[in-house]
Amino acid sequence: MKIMELAGIIKEKFEKSILSSSVFYDNETIVIRKEDVFDVIKFLKDEQSFDFLMDVTAVDYKGYPDRNDETRFEIVYNLFSYKNNKRLIIKTLVDEKDLTVNSITSLYHSADWHEREVYDMFGIKFINHPNLKRILMYDEFVGHPLRKDYPFKKRQPRINLRDVGKNEEEE
Amino acid sequence: MSLENNITKLEDGRLVLNMGPSHPAMHGIVRIILTVEGERVVNSEVEIGYLHRGFEKTCENSNYNQIIPYTDRLNYVSPFINEVGFVMAVEKMMGVELPERAKYIRVIMSEISRMTDHLTCIAANAMELGAFTPYFYLINARELLYQSGDMASGGRVTPNYFRIGGTSFDLTPDFIEFTKNALKKVDSYLSDTRKLLERNRIFYDRLKDTGKITREDAVSYGFTGPLIRSVGIDYDVRKYSPYLVYDRFDFEIPVADGGDNYARFLVRMEEINQSRKIIEQALLQLPDGPIDVDDYSVRLPQKDEVYGSIEGLISHFKLTFEGPKTPKGEIYFAVEGANGELGYYIVSDGTHKPWRVKVRPPCFPVTGALPRLINGGYIADIVATFGQINMIGGELER
Repeated sequence: MKIMELAGIIKEKFEKSILSSSVFYDNETIVIRKEDVFDVIKFLKDEQSFDFLMDVTAVDYKGYPDRNDETRFEIVYNLFSYKNNKRLIIKTLVDEKDLTVNSITSLYHSADWHEREVYDMFGIKFINHPNLKRILMYDEFVGHPLRKDYPFKKRQPRINLRDVGKNEEEE
Repeated sequence: MSLENNITKLEDGRLVLNMGPSHPAMHGIVRIILTVEGERVVNSEVEIGYLHRGFEKTCENSNYNQIIPYTDRLNYVSPFINEVGFVMAVEKMMGVELPERAKYIRVIMSEISRMTDHLTCIAANAMELGAFTPYFYLINARELLYQSGDMASGGRVTPNYFRIGGTSFDLTPDFIEFTKNALKKVDSYLSDTRKLLERNRIFYDRLKDTGKITREDAVSYGFTGPLIRSVGIDYDVRKYSPYLVYDRFDFEIPVADGGDNYARFLVRMEEINQSRKIIEQALLQLPDGPIDVDDYSVRLPQKDEVYGSIEGLISHFKLTFEGPKTPKGEIYFAVEGANGELGYYIVSDGTHKPWRVKVRPPCFPVTGALPRLINGGYIADIVATFGQINMIGGELER
């Protein structure tokens, strides 16, 4: 099935939910409204047999050329259909003022950890996620490291590093 | 940490027990918080992040060729596959078409990596379950393949062999002969291991029906690679969306039923065989010709061009200082890693550095499903299951 057909089917079902769709090599991408994420993915899973959720990730577009900050974050869902051997990328835009998206953990088990990682790295909150806490960083960590405004060389050691020179003097 | 901190007694006779982060029976640094009732695991929680090094953030601040050595450190037992995945994602974005010989070299090195990965997985798994002899057989076999990779790239564990648009060096003249001999020896090591493990009472009992998962759950958890093939789904990126020249080889995707550790073991053993078949065919078909694309905006020019012409010198300078440039856009490209689908999602803003690189590590979803695999089983089964899911800290936590 071509992406246009699929976009048409979604459009029929969820009016106004598709913002755009594009094809780049074999990457077929559909951008949908944030409110419809859960419903559209549920529809794709149940009726278009996209049974694998390969990946969930986010991109911070702050400072990206030709792009305003209103849609700073983009969440990328990478779906795969084993039956039809088809890959589909669903994207949604998240405003900096309202960093929440509906969780799809009830649809795919794998969404649990993927969404936790997005929360950890970007600070986007997933509503209805059963266990939304940091996964790669430790709980005391301040900030979200993959945001563009998190400095590249900033260090937050969990235990303060010992000042070797000073100790030697004291001894 | 004192024992009191490690063990918490609950009211109904249950214990909360820490397994890890550094546990002698498990490789890799992962912490499993177990609630046990006697020897049975009632509940468990997996805590990761001990090996997080900020790979993705580092990528955003490096140019494309600088990232290649970092990808070696993702899955450090199959470094070539990581490189191939990353390099091909960037090449696809730039629209670069590789020469034939370079494609074959990539296939050969990928399959060598797949073999080393499976060999390590089975060897470590057997050793942790008390079978020490197969460990030496398999690690000897792996060493031969490492030497083969070393011969081509100059690096034993972290080769840094491929470049955007080509290969750093051509294969050495004795590579083909050496690899052919190595494969023969690997085969004899494997058949010895088979005799020791496949029908071994202890090994069989500890793997059979442990770490079981149903087909539906495996799909929902996003399993790929040997783990999805052990529940009877023949998903393999090499067959489902062939890249490089995989469609030219005669090989099969082994599938097993059962979804338990023994099925995973059988799938991995057979995959080593299939990889050997691919390498043998690829070595026979290996064409002569260039190993780099003839495009100075992508790949460094030859040395006589650099010293003999101004264009060559300028391209050399630009590529060394800035690196190749990608067009604006984004791409998801997946290769079949040893553990499953290894995907790279790259966003470019049209400069020499990627805007965002996201790796889809195959063992991330699998480790997420670890509680499902071990709950209800014995504590001792965790060792068997953990060995067979083949968690690699480097790619899991990036």
